[in-house]
Amino acid sequence: MNFRKPLLAAAAVIAIAAPAAIAHRQWMLPSSTTVSGTDNWVTVDAAVSNDLFFFDHQPMRAVPVVTQPDGTTGQVENHNVGKFRATFDLHLTQQGTYKVAVVNEGVFGSYVLNGERKMLPRGTNTANLAAAIPAGATDVQTAENVSRNEIFITQGAPTNTVFKTTGKGIELVPITHPNDLVTNEPGNFQFLKNGKPGAGLTVTVIPGGIRYRDALHEQVLKTDAEGKVSIKWGQPGMYWVMVNEGGERGEGPGGGQGGPRPQGAPGGQGAAPAGGPQAGPAGPGGRPMGPVRARVSYVTTLEVLAP
Amino acid sequence: MQYRITGLTLAAIGAGLPGAAGAQTLDLSVTIPQMKVAEYHRPYVAVWLEKEGAAPRTLQVWYDFDGRSAEGAGTKWLRDMRQWWRVVGRGMSFPADGVTGATKAAGTHKVSLVAGKGPLPALAPGNYKLMVEAAREVGGREVVTVPFTWNGSKATTATAKGASELGAVTVSIKR
Repeated sequence: MNFRKPLLAAAAVIAIAAPAAIAHRQWMLPSSTTVSGTDNWVTVDAAVSNDLFFFDHQPMRAVPVVTQPDGTTGQVENHNVGKFRATFDLHLTQQGTYKVAVVNEGVFGSYVLNGERKMLPRGTNTANLAAAIPAGATDVQTAENVSRNEIFITQGAPTNTVFKTTGKGIELVPITHPNDLVTNEPGNFQFLKNGKPGAGLTVTVIPGGIRYRDALHEQVLKTDAEGKVSIKWGQPGMYWVMVNEGGERGEGPGGGQGGPRPQGAPGGQGAAPAGGPQAGPAGPGGRPMGPVRARVSYVTTLEVLAP
Repeated sequence: MQYRITGLTLAAIGAGLPGAAGAQTLDLSVTIPQMKVAEYHRPYVAVWLEKEGAAPRTLQVWYDFDGRSAEGAGTKWLRDMRQWWRVVGRGMSFPADGVTGATKAAGTHKVSLVAGKGPLPALAPGNYKLMVEAAREVGGREVVTVPFTWNGSKATTATAKGASELGAVTVSIKR
């Protein structure tokens, strides 16, 4: 890429590096979240689209990781990526709560080499970051990106082993179990950011079935100082819940383009992982990029039953 | 008994009751209405007892427990009795001893339970709710609640009526 205007380049970096913050909703939709018996199959649709939960845009290509009630890793079976959606099956043989997760961890950012700003290639992560930055690069700006998309399925009574946190990105700690939701009781959850209570996170809640109504019926909530949020449900059904720092359309910190970019901010941000060369303040043309912020997001699909 | 919560529920509902002088009996009558529908399957039915401050107690579960159903041993659709499933069913193992029965045809079905035998513990005096939930394949679902008060000695009868999937439900308790 050979941008003549560094400002344009900066916008492009952000737009490409964090498409999730700009458009389209990523979702997984299980055929059941609550099952009885001892040996069941559940199938899941996984896609990226605007309307929930209609697969009409892109499939979710990643193969999810399954955590079983006993803490061991389970298997995704019959994974198939179609034009508009991926599908896969889970064979449930244990009693308790299963987690199906797609976690994306990456590093995005840019550097200046021979007077040109280049962005880090897609697929850069903390492990290969050093190799991605050529010798002689200056004004390296990087930030980590951790996005999680998780669903929960319970055979028998709900259990809590799959909620063990890792301290990376945004994670859900149940107060109300996500497979124990009914319309006449609020759903209460705590969200952690990098292992600590995620205060002030934006929680976007949208009921499925968007195609057949005019209003989005979206709720935009904020977590409190302890990272807790209480969601009041409307009709029974599947709800898409997204948690991040700026809301769906990127207002506020970490939310993507549109925010003010401080002039003259030093290059090499605090969020840069160790090992990345830190460099001087200004890019070519004297317009620094401004801070590149770490981006964290969490998505889940919750089934809310009639009482 | 296959309840995982047996000890707890016995202690909870029967709490404070001295050894019963004469055994309590609880007579249940549940009517499954006749349906004029193209495709009819007998409903799954769960009957349970609730008392404030006590763990709920399953008294009857009627489902395809004999393994002849097409999918598994019939347990797959127990969760469709969703209130019972959430309140108590999901913590049980199936087939549960003493409460499991086959699905029943339309008509009135009577069950007589004696405290201390099978699923019915000795009942402490108090306010109870007898709950009946029916869920029918390709049909609807309904819960009927029958509140009653048991003072420990005086025979009492309570009844309530469903509107769609259940007819009259009557509970009588005496000693």
